[in-house]
Amino acid sequence: MVLSANDKTNVKGLFGKIGGAIEDLGGEALDRLFLAYPQTKTYFPHFDLHQGSAQIKAHGKKVAAALVEACNHIDDIAGALSKLSDLHAQKLRVDPVNFKLLGHCFLVVVAAHHPSLLTPEVHASLDKFLCAVGNVLTAKYR
Amino acid sequence: MVHWSAEEKQLITSLWSKVNVEECGAEALARLLIVYPWTQRFFSSFGNLSSPTAIIGNPKVRAHGKKVLTSFGEAVKNLDNIKSTYSKLSELHCEKLHVDPENFRLLGDILVIVLASHFTRDFTPSCQFAWQKLVSVVAHALARKYH
Repeated sequence: MVLSANDKTNVKGLFGKIGGAIEDLGGEALDRLFLAYPQTKTYFPHFDLHQGSAQIKAHGKKVAAALVEACNHIDDIAGALSKLSDLHAQKLRVDPVNFKLLGHCFLVVVAAHHPSLLTPEVHASLDKFLCAVGNVLTAKYR
Repeated sequence: MVHWSAEEKQLITSLWSKVNVEECGAEALARLLIVYPWTQRFFSSFGNLSSPTAIIGNPKVRAHGKKVLTSFGEAVKNLDNIKSTYSKLSELHCEKLHVDPENFRLLGDILVIVLASHFTRDFTPSCQFAWQKLVSVVAHALARKYH
């Protein structure tokens, strides 16, 4: 799976239009992840996992920042997220299936907050982008 | 048998009562074919699927999308009996249509995204939870008679 020039344009355009609001989208995506897929909570035993908790909001900002970083270096996502990739492989070891789940929840929050921006073409590009990010984060697992 | 809380049933049925089945069905199927192009393999008789615009405007896609979502409505009406509701359809998808059940999961997730875009803030995390459960149960029921 390769990101086409169109995909890159679509993703950059989307992130550009969402702007700073993406921080909150990260938090809400996590809220939805933990509610819809309770097994994902097992990676956060040290967190207050009530909906909208300060810890979830803060972590959501981190996740959103990583996505923005990947978007800003969309021609070399592996390079941009290299340290995060090491972290997930060596320390966090989040099972790869969970990146798909979070990716899905992120799509849902974008759809809920910016329905007019998530045209079918942008939806396809964003889905591919999120897959690519997940692939990079799990690339060094074995 | 799947257990539904009163809240989950309420979230599902009240949202469903506001769904335009024709529009949502058409959109869900079109997005499936656009976002996961390999799913087009089942629709070689549908004519022009060469671009997102072609897919969205394709009358066969719209009609089939409506058909699929109308059938989904049967699950909403029979939440306590989804397995038997889809028994024959499961056999059909296995024996005649040869559809990999993974496609039911893909379509279910696309439907959730379409609902989110239509209902925006009303599609709360609790609402999503109930609907993820429903699409998962439907996918499971449709795969149940596979052999």
